[in-house]
Amino acid sequence: MRFVTVSGPPSSGKTAVILKTVESLRQRGMKAGVVKFDCLYTDDDKLYEQKGIPVKKGLSGALCPDHYFVSNVSESFEWGKKQGVDILISESAGLCNRCSPHIKEILAVCVIDNLSGINTPKKIGPMLKSADVVVITKGDIVSQAEREVFASRVATVNPTASIMHVNGITGQGAFELSTLFADEKTETDTLDGKSLRFSMPSALCSYCLGEKRIGSKYQMGNVRKMDVDNG
Amino acid sequence: MDRQLILHKPFAELLAEMPFAGDFFESQGLEAPTASVKDFIDNLTDTQLEDMGIEPSEFLNNFFTFLEAVGSMTEKTSVISSLTITGGINKKGEDENFELEIKAGEIICIVGPTGSGKSRLLADIEWMAMGDTPTKRRIKINGADPDKSWRFSPEHKPVAQLSQNMNFVMDLTAREFVKIHAESRFVQNPDEKVELIIEKANELAGEKFDGDTPVTSLSGGQSRALMIADTAFLSKSPIVLIDEIENAGIDRKKALDLLVGEEKIVLMSTHDPILALMGDKRLVIKNGGVAKIIATSAKERENLEQLQELDKKLLELRNRVRTGDTLEEI
Repeated sequence: MRFVTVSGPPSSGKTAVILKTVESLRQRGMKAGVVKFDCLYTDDDKLYEQKGIPVKKGLSGALCPDHYFVSNVSESFEWGKKQGVDILISESAGLCNRCSPHIKEILAVCVIDNLSGINTPKKIGPMLKSADVVVITKGDIVSQAEREVFASRVATVNPTASIMHVNGITGQGAFELSTLFADEKTETDTLDGKSLRFSMPSALCSYCLGEKRIGSKYQMGNVRKMDVDNG
Repeated sequence: MDRQLILHKPFAELLAEMPFAGDFFESQGLEAPTASVKDFIDNLTDTQLEDMGIEPSEFLNNFFTFLEAVGSMTEKTSVISSLTITGGINKKGEDENFELEIKAGEIICIVGPTGSGKSRLLADIEWMAMGDTPTKRRIKINGADPDKSWRFSPEHKPVAQLSQNMNFVMDLTAREFVKIHAESRFVQNPDEKVELIIEKANELAGEKFDGDTPVTSLSGGQSRALMIADTAFLSKSPIVLIDEIENAGIDRKKALDLLVGEEKIVLMSTHDPILALMGDKRLVIKNGGVAKIIATSAKERENLEQLQELDKKLLELRNRVRTGDTLEEI
């Protein structure tokens, strides 16, 4: 089975891009499934179901969403195999911009939108920096100059990525994206033993363990302080 | 590019040769190295490495790829002098049976009802189709198959699109806006380019505007004029796709002349008779395929003059309405 990780900031158009890409994959005779990771709530699984796409939903709830992702991705992969799909796509939002679900040797896609502002590429960490493909959405509502500036900023942050423009509403660009999804290189038997491209955000402080009180004396573990006196 | 040499060279020296090298560090939210890049990487603390969000080896690989990409961008790249479209099949599976060579400086109009397949034709050009899209069309650049890697690189993006429902998201003055675009293209003399673009945009716009006007306050005609001048002088894309130019607040003839004068290939999706006749040819799209190619005839060109007279008359009347005149005598 082929596997692709799709990530991107909330509301950047991940679901719309995946829906259109799956349609194109179907035209190529490939059956795709989706595993959707979110935090507290998502309705997107229904959108996939309506299109007859096998979908599995995972909500991280009170846990760090990316730790939840990596703890469940291998099982999701096995689920996909049972569904008999040719290609499984994982969809997850990078909520703190430091998250990244990308796995070595697995096609990594980051979806980011033109409306998010030209400094956004700078603000996103490994999710964008280590992606193989960067999909830029919502190009139809901004000017040509802004599209070019945005794409150039993305290329500066991640010069090795393939940069594509996809319109999630009309589907323009989705066929082209599907050629990358369909590539044989994304074929794999298992995720067990594979490695993330970059470590997850480091944590384990008293607040991770349920502390609510504010103040230095309540803080233990991995704590970092701002330098408020200088600069 | 000698990677070892770049790695060990004092960064200040590298900057003198490649001023854009600093942009890479800035874009990653890092301070520029004080000694060499090698020294910088070797002395990163664990926390800094964590915050970079990327492995050092990958970081260096990105850095070199960036230097190469920008280096090739600032060099004079090969000019596109022609684009050839070879027909494939329409939605019914029938052969389109055509081959069309479009030369730099030509204007081609694309006509056909909504849903007829205009977007797919443009997408084929944008993707530089090699018989691998649903239409099976093929695109050649300068008579040869384009390099496949161009499909994914922003600096080789062949088509600049000037759509009708365009907004500015950035809240900047016209001058600052164009400057950011110029800088993102790493042009040598951004300020000169900016002034040229503002000047040319003003020649196109019905109502003049100042470079200090925020882009969000420009009228429809003015923003259109600014984007056309900007595309003519800053966009690397050799093909410009225009989605209709509304007949208000902009000199359409001058706008097309400006793009064509910069050796662009202009593809215009339009149903306006004047714009259609300004084109050299019209592609008629039906059932997802090119059904007919009409070359603008001498007779049509004659009629264009008449249409332009009518248009001028309407424009005069429009100005009279604007200035508060009555239209009892027309």
